[in-house]
Amino acid sequence: MNSDSIILSGKGVTKVFGFGSRKTVAVDHVDFSFRQGEVISIVGESGSGKTTLAKLLLGLESLTEGTIYFEGQQRDIRSHRQKREYWKNIQAIFQDPFSAYNMFRRIDAVLLDCIQMRGGGRLPYEQKVAMMREACSFVNLKFDELTNKYPFELSGGQQQRLMIARVFLLKPKILLADEPTSMIDACSRATILDMLMALRAEIGMTPIFITHDIGLAYYVSDTVYIMEHGRFVESGSADEVILRPKEPYTRRLLNDVPKLHEEWDLSTV
Amino acid sequence: MKQMLGQIFRSGRFRLGFGIFAAIVLTVLIYPLVINDPPLEIVSRGTFLAPGIYVSVYDSVTASTRYTLIIDEAAARRIGSRLTADDRAAMQEWLVGTEIVEEGELNLDDTAALLELWHSSFDPAVRIPGMTNADRNYYIRLTASLDGLLATEGAIVAAPNATTGELEEQGVIEQTDYVNLSEVPNFRVLPLGTDNFGRDVLTELVSATGVSLIIGLVAGIVATTIGLILGLVSGYVGGVVDDIIVFITNLFTVIPSFVLLILISFSIGQEQRGAFTVAVVIGLTSWVWTARAVRAQVISLRNRDHVSLSKLSGHSIAYILAMDILPYIASYVVMALILQISSGILAEAGLSILGLGPRTTEVPTLGLMMNWALIYQAHIFGKWWAYFPVILVIALISFSLNLMNTGLDRVFNPTLRE
Ligand SMILES: Nc1ncnc2c1ncn2[C@@H]1O[C@H](COP(=O)(O)OP(=O)(O)O)[C@@H](O)[C@H]1O
Ligand SMILES: [Mg+2]
Repeated sequence: MNSDSIILSGKGVTKVFGFGSRKTVAVDHVDFSFRQGEVISIVGESGSGKTTLAKLLLGLESLTEGTIYFEGQQRDIRSHRQKREYWKNIQAIFQDPFSAYNMFRRIDAVLLDCIQMRGGGRLPYEQKVAMMREACSFVNLKFDELTNKYPFELSGGQQQRLMIARVFLLKPKILLADEPTSMIDACSRATILDMLMALRAEIGMTPIFITHDIGLAYYVSDTVYIMEHGRFVESGSADEVILRPKEPYTRRLLNDVPKLHEEWDLSTV
Repeated sequence: MKQMLGQIFRSGRFRLGFGIFAAIVLTVLIYPLVINDPPLEIVSRGTFLAPGIYVSVYDSVTASTRYTLIIDEAAARRIGSRLTADDRAAMQEWLVGTEIVEEGELNLDDTAALLELWHSSFDPAVRIPGMTNADRNYYIRLTASLDGLLATEGAIVAAPNATTGELEEQGVIEQTDYVNLSEVPNFRVLPLGTDNFGRDVLTELVSATGVSLIIGLVAGIVATTIGLILGLVSGYVGGVVDDIIVFITNLFTVIPSFVLLILISFSIGQEQRGAFTVAVVIGLTSWVWTARAVRAQVISLRNRDHVSLSKLSGHSIAYILAMDILPYIASYVVMALILQISSGILAEAGLSILGLGPRTTEVPTLGLMMNWALIYQAHIFGKWWAYFPVILVIALISFSLNLMNTGLDRVFNPTLRE
């Protein structure tokens, strides 16, 4: 794997909501290039435009301005077929697991969609079940107890693990994890992060973590982007940005992490 | 699903509304099985026969068996029905007005004395102050009807002889003679009398209720389907498509739908307007609010995470609309449908009262019955049975549907729960 090849990059990426007096510039001319295989983190306080940027990267929102390049090519996802192809390469985990599933569809339907997306729609049913069972066991869920259940019958942590099982089946090149642990209990958090890192090793994807927690970013990532009011104010390797922050905004984010401040020992976060 | 139905039926309002509505629907379904007279058949000559049981006089007279019953008040009741308290008061008025008797001198309950005094003194030529020609005619008619009022002998029945043509006595009907109604072959129960055409109002009303419910249902389904599809597409697809649909919707909002309905119905013409056509036209003019509401709901849903996830799973727009959006607004759509049914029935009634309803020759509708009652002035002549039951049925249908709707609203909208 050529670790220097750029998998996803953007120039002048901008998103403006509304117009006139109600105009919000959620993402403001950001430039970035994400290298394949690296763990990337985008850190910013709430409202700084992280989720909007994630949706732009995923192609769920249209760009107001700017260009996004996927694997060196300008991304073109105008038709439904092109979008489908693109989404084979890039997938996401959302912040709130309780709103992320259709509450009228069962768990096995969610997983079968992923097999279908990978072109396994015609496989014999037993093989599909085997694949779903494998995916579930990867995230410590028992598939046989989950069939006929609905996602909302699971706990928040289990739902987020089911989301990882989805990604396991889809095997995308990029995974955007938008605050994947902020809405679940503290005990499940480490498990989720460990599973994501294990999944990265398993399928060789490039994870992009989106978080307001700079400690978490330091813990998992190689490269960190700091986001303020829709702009990247600072970026670089995790050590560089977090141990020697140049921007006052970054320092403030660091101060917001109580453990960091008290013990100043990043390795225990 | 089962759980939700349980929850819905726990709502008292819904149960009451559902009960009334089910009773109406069951009546419409079962009544024709018991009494299958054609609803538009003319059963009486003369209009607005009062509610009651109509017994064939001929069959009663010629009944094979006659029974003798001794009933004390029979004579008094017979006299009372031909000489009512009002008649007695009118007689007193004339007698006092002509100063034949003093006020208070007369005992109105003594029929024999009253009649004797009346026959000896009434003179149609004599007028009392304030007496109109109509009053005079009434007195003449009354006087004629009093003949034989106090008779105690029976009535003689005669029939012409087939060869000579002379009347021959067939028998005497005593005042104590009775027939058993179940042995009289011809009688007709008209619980709500007859209408201006001499049709049985109850049979007509049941049939009209059924037709009006179907009109409401068709109108509701047409309106909800159009509103739902336009709302879904406009809200989800957005862009130019949304702009066009919103423009059309606004156009329909500015023109009051009832005015539009009147114009369309008028331009279709009486002969082309079947009940089904009218229902479809009502539906075509009343989808606007459903479309607007559905659009607003879809806009709030389309950026939800579960929709994003469905897109990321490669689903098409049609699939997402059907599986990720529709189920979330289904309860709302059901409620909109119920309201559309109710307003469709009212719209038909409104149109028909204006004479723009379905053509009158095929089926009755609640609106047409109102229209007929209005044209023949049932309300002025006090023939309440021709219009009041119709109003009551319209009110009950509308009331029950709205009750069901608020009941559903409370279940689906937890913020409205007490
Ligand atoms: N669909 C939208 N319409 C209008 N404004 C939006 C929309 N989504 C986000 N915004 C605005 O964009 C800004 C960034 O929001 P978001 O990307 O959710 O931030 P973050 O994820 O960092 O908390 C906020 O001010 C938010 O109000
Ligand atoms: Mg966010």
